Amino acid sequence: MNAAGILNVRKILKKFHEVRANDHIDFDLQRGEIHALLGENGAGKSTLMNIICGLYRPDSGEIYVEGQRTVFRNPRDAIRMGIGMVHQHFMLVPTFTVAENISLGAEVTRGGFIDLQNSNKNIRKLSEAYGLHVVPETLTENLPVGIQQRVEILKALYRRSKILILDEPTAVLTPPEADDLFLIMRRLADRGVSIVFITHKLKEVLKIAHRISVLRKGRRVKTMTPSETDETELAALMVGRRVYSKIDKGHKRPGEIIFEVNHISVTDERNIEVVRDVSFQVRAGEIFGVAGVQGNGQTELVRALCGLWKIQGGTVSLRGKKIRTLDPRRLNQMGVAHIPEDRLRHGLVRQFCVADNQILCDYYKRPFATLWLRDWDAQLKHSKRLIDQFDIRPGNPLEPVGNLSGGNQQKVILSRELSREICFLIANQPTRGLDVASMSFVHKKIVDMRNQGVAVLLVSVELDEIMALSDRIAVMSGGQFVSVFAADQLSKQQLGLIMTGITPGDMPRQP
Amino acid sequence: MKATPPTRIKQIFYHHRTGLSLGLIVFGAFVWMYHTQPLATTAVLASALRQSVPLALGALCGLIGERCGVMNIGIEGQMLMAAFCGFMISVWSGNLLIAVISAVTAGALMGLMLAFMTVGLKIDQIISGVVINILAFGISGYFYQTGLSTAGKLQAFPLGALAKIPLVGPVFFNNPPITYGTLLLVFGVHVVLFYTPWGLRTRAVGEHPKAADTLGINVYLIRYINLAVGGAIAGLAGAFLTLEAVGTFERGMTNGRGFVALAVMIFGKWTPLGAWGAALLFGLATAVQTQLQFAEKLDIPHQFIGMLPYLLTVAVLAGFVGRARPPEALGTPYTKD
Amino acid sequence: MHTSRQYSVLSRFFATQLRRAFQAIGVPVTAVMVGLLIGAAVLIAHGANPMAAYAALWQGSFSHLAAVGRTLEKTTPLVFSGLALAFAFKAGLFNIGAQGQLLIGAFAAAVVGCNLKGLPPMIHIPLALITGAAVGGLYALVQGVLKVYTGAHEVITGIMLNYVAINFTDYLAAGPFKDPTPGNIIARTAQIQETSQIPQLGGIPIGFVVGVGMALVLWWLIKKTTLGFELRTIGFNVHAAQYAGINVKRFLVLTMLFSGILAGLGGAVETQGVVHRYQPGFNVGLGFDGITIALLARTHPLGIIPAALLVGAMRAGSNRMQFAAGVSPEIVDVILALILFLVAADRLVRWMILKRPAGTRLSVLGAGWNRQ
Repeated sequence: MNAAGILNVRKILKKFHEVRANDHIDFDLQRGEIHALLGENGAGKSTLMNIICGLYRPDSGEIYVEGQRTVFRNPRDAIRMGIGMVHQHFMLVPTFTVAENISLGAEVTRGGFIDLQNSNKNIRKLSEAYGLHVVPETLTENLPVGIQQRVEILKALYRRSKILILDEPTAVLTPPEADDLFLIMRRLADRGVSIVFITHKLKEVLKIAHRISVLRKGRRVKTMTPSETDETELAALMVGRRVYSKIDKGHKRPGEIIFEVNHISVTDERNIEVVRDVSFQVRAGEIFGVAGVQGNGQTELVRALCGLWKIQGGTVSLRGKKIRTLDPRRLNQMGVAHIPEDRLRHGLVRQFCVADNQILCDYYKRPFATLWLRDWDAQLKHSKRLIDQFDIRPGNPLEPVGNLSGGNQQKVILSRELSREICFLIANQPTRGLDVASMSFVHKKIVDMRNQGVAVLLVSVELDEIMALSDRIAVMSGGQFVSVFAADQLSKQQLGLIMTGITPGDMPRQP
Repeated sequence: MKATPPTRIKQIFYHHRTGLSLGLIVFGAFVWMYHTQPLATTAVLASALRQSVPLALGALCGLIGERCGVMNIGIEGQMLMAAFCGFMISVWSGNLLIAVISAVTAGALMGLMLAFMTVGLKIDQIISGVVINILAFGISGYFYQTGLSTAGKLQAFPLGALAKIPLVGPVFFNNPPITYGTLLLVFGVHVVLFYTPWGLRTRAVGEHPKAADTLGINVYLIRYINLAVGGAIAGLAGAFLTLEAVGTFERGMTNGRGFVALAVMIFGKWTPLGAWGAALLFGLATAVQTQLQFAEKLDIPHQFIGMLPYLLTVAVLAGFVGRARPPEALGTPYTKD
Repeated sequence: MHTSRQYSVLSRFFATQLRRAFQAIGVPVTAVMVGLLIGAAVLIAHGANPMAAYAALWQGSFSHLAAVGRTLEKTTPLVFSGLALAFAFKAGLFNIGAQGQLLIGAFAAAVVGCNLKGLPPMIHIPLALITGAAVGGLYALVQGVLKVYTGAHEVITGIMLNYVAINFTDYLAAGPFKDPTPGNIIARTAQIQETSQIPQLGGIPIGFVVGVGMALVLWWLIKKTTLGFELRTIGFNVHAAQYAGINVKRFLVLTMLFSGILAGLGGAVETQGVVHRYQPGFNVGLGFDGITIALLARTHPLGIIPAALLVGAMRAGSNRMQFAAGVSPEIVDVILALILFLVAADRLVRWMILKRPAGTRLSVLGAGWNRQ
């Protein structure tokens, strides 16, 4: 730990409810260095950076800038100390021009009015000096993502940031744009700007960083230079070793093709293709796992397959029959079950009781309703049975679901989805935010379904989960399926490498 | 990508093409009418300007709030309360200037009340506006007594040689102070909103408050101050009604003008100049209709003219008359993590 | 012999029931009491006697049969208005346009009431009511369609269409449909036929009974039918509703339609049962009072009745208050505004009752009707 860094944080602790997002982290940044911060989702990288840029206050710990102890009460303080952050989701006002976005809060004025001429001149000078070419008069909403990022960087430089934090900057860039960014970063570092570069892509880190720190579960695991390490070690440090209770899947010969997807694409509301030409099949009695880092199109893929988003091109078939328009209710009636990744947003109505949530998709069917009249007794009986079967606590059908723990909430969803006659199950991040016991429960249920002949599509960012449950694994990256394997063909390390952007072709040889 | 963005002048002309073309047509019509009937035309224009003052001021109040992300449907209440306070102080003090100042202050206080409810207590913005309206109606109605004598009305004063220009002279340059004030405020708000740092930050808070927050801008403070200023402007509208236009007070004398002001604001696409144009337009419609009825030329019932601003606004909202896009963060209270 | 254990079970049962009842009505009741208290302060500031004023209010609204009848008359349209708003709130919509729907329904009912001669009351009355309800519903349908298919905010279109309705009915009542009775100068329609007037039953306006019936129907609908389930799901969580396969767009349009039907029915009942003609100015403020009532009742249909009675009583008694205690009726508006404020400032009132900060509880209006 070199105490003479430009930025030094010590024993930073930040808790969100009971979760320790940052668990006594030490971190330092040297002048003019590019320091990469590596870690999976939920490792605590963004939380730490939000603390450093003044958006969050740490529960305990100290921050030193250039050797001086500082406390940031708000972002303004951090900006004043020379810290600038480029967020992963841009903080740009779409209807403003580039100049307006850059100078917001630090406007150049003449006699009380905004001095447009000087402002533009300064920005042009700045942009040329750092090689970040922008036209100050253009409207931000018309700019491609790569240029918008330049604007974000210029925003920080405009405020004379000595410390620049880039949060997953290459997530939205194409490879040539990413290379441009690295050139810019090198140039900045040469001019004395210190950069923290948050990412999960190993290749980039080894290419560009002076030092690398790996975070896992809120702690800093190790710091080293690129020459001291390689991809394998980094991947291992990132994902670590988790203790999962062994699930005996049992050998099952997969049956007929239940669900088939051919060459589908999905575009988001900005008309950007987020799922590109994806094709796969899931057979009865098999678990098809889709692995990949968050943000590579998995969310959009599942949303489209559930009928909530439109599919551009391609076909989807269930049991051999092509489905023309995907509609949540029709899919439900055809025997498709769905465990959503955001249980409180899509899967449950927090204010409803357990019993009501358990018939959320079936409320209009017999015996819960005849025509439009609901049968509360039948519903109550059904709910009590499910509570028993799935061991939902507290066991009160009238309990508002918002009062239940995460694990029990998930059980409510499971009890709803798995108690029907289904042929296909989509499980999207099914154990997100759950404790170990609940996780085992969920896994067991999924395997039970598979053994009963249900086709299962499992989408997860947790490698261990994918590896433990799947029969076949596809890796999703940049909206596409990069490779599809049988589960026993790969080791976890190899899987981790693929997820972080290294293609199977140039994988290091296994010892 | 385009080679060069179009020049600023061209951009302005293109952006306001509907307003400018409309204005040109109307202007041409008036020049022709002045030829044929000078007295009637002058009367109509003067009436139009008078009608437009509270609408324009009310719209300014509304748009200042909406530009920083707070929906204000309590303009009516702010105007009414201010009109009442202006009236009462005019009675009590006998001094018109003090009365105007107290009206403006009353409006500002109502604005602060709205800010406290929406920003401080995070109460739903529509309900906050409704509370303000009912409260103003109740308090002004309750404390009002008939038969009080005021200190009179604010009188018009001509601006020298300018008042002698044919057509525009007597209409634009021979007015009482608040009417002049409205013209100044329209341009003033426009300049502040689009050419000063304060205006830039206000607009940022309305479009993307999180972005403003990360740059160290105090979202809450901006909303409080803007709502207070907007309230003060609505207060001026109230002062106009009781101290310049009518000279006395009546229960519920705002009579829906606060809501027409909302229509004016939307029709004017949330810009001060647009709001002014829309206010003039609606004022013109009323004035023309009265004139035509008076001259027994055409008998359009006054209610239809009354409906016009509202119908036009619905059309604008539905997208039938060009796109109207309110600020992105409108209606949602801001919470820091 | 009761054992002490049985006693403690009983007392615990009552305690939970009490707690549940308190949670349900604690905020509204506190809001009303604090509102009355602050109203009294305003009265004192003006030099009036709050005790005399409130006593007169009570006398004018409940002290004898005629007063009760007057209260119920005033309450009836408020019940419908409150139901219309509560129903829409449940789906996350703010039907501030209920005022206009009510007016237009009242007028349509008056037209049917005046111009159809020779029909037996059994047909004439329901016909007028249905017409009023249908017209109100169609008017609301416009707003619903605009909101769902063009994104036009239903509060703004509601306010705008309210004024369109006011102006239009003003014109019709002063022009083509003006009362032709010789010597009449007031802008109003002719009186409706006798066959179209809703009779009173021993001083109780039947319209009120219809209103209570409607509240019961709505309660049954929301609690016992799949439609009610869908309504509440959309109101609490639009995303979960979509995922559950509910056609949200269509449902929202239908909700506006039904809310408008309720409002229009309220106007029709007012016309057929109380005013017996359409006269502009008679129905102002009903829409906004509906908002207060809906929130006081926490959008529960059965709670609308006591809430509407409260407001109706205040409005009915305000005449006596003016006459006997010399207090202007607008104080009622002040008190109602305060009550509305307190009911909306959920957290503030909970803090008042419990003297500790409340958690971030979702407001009664459910999820984002500002942004669907």
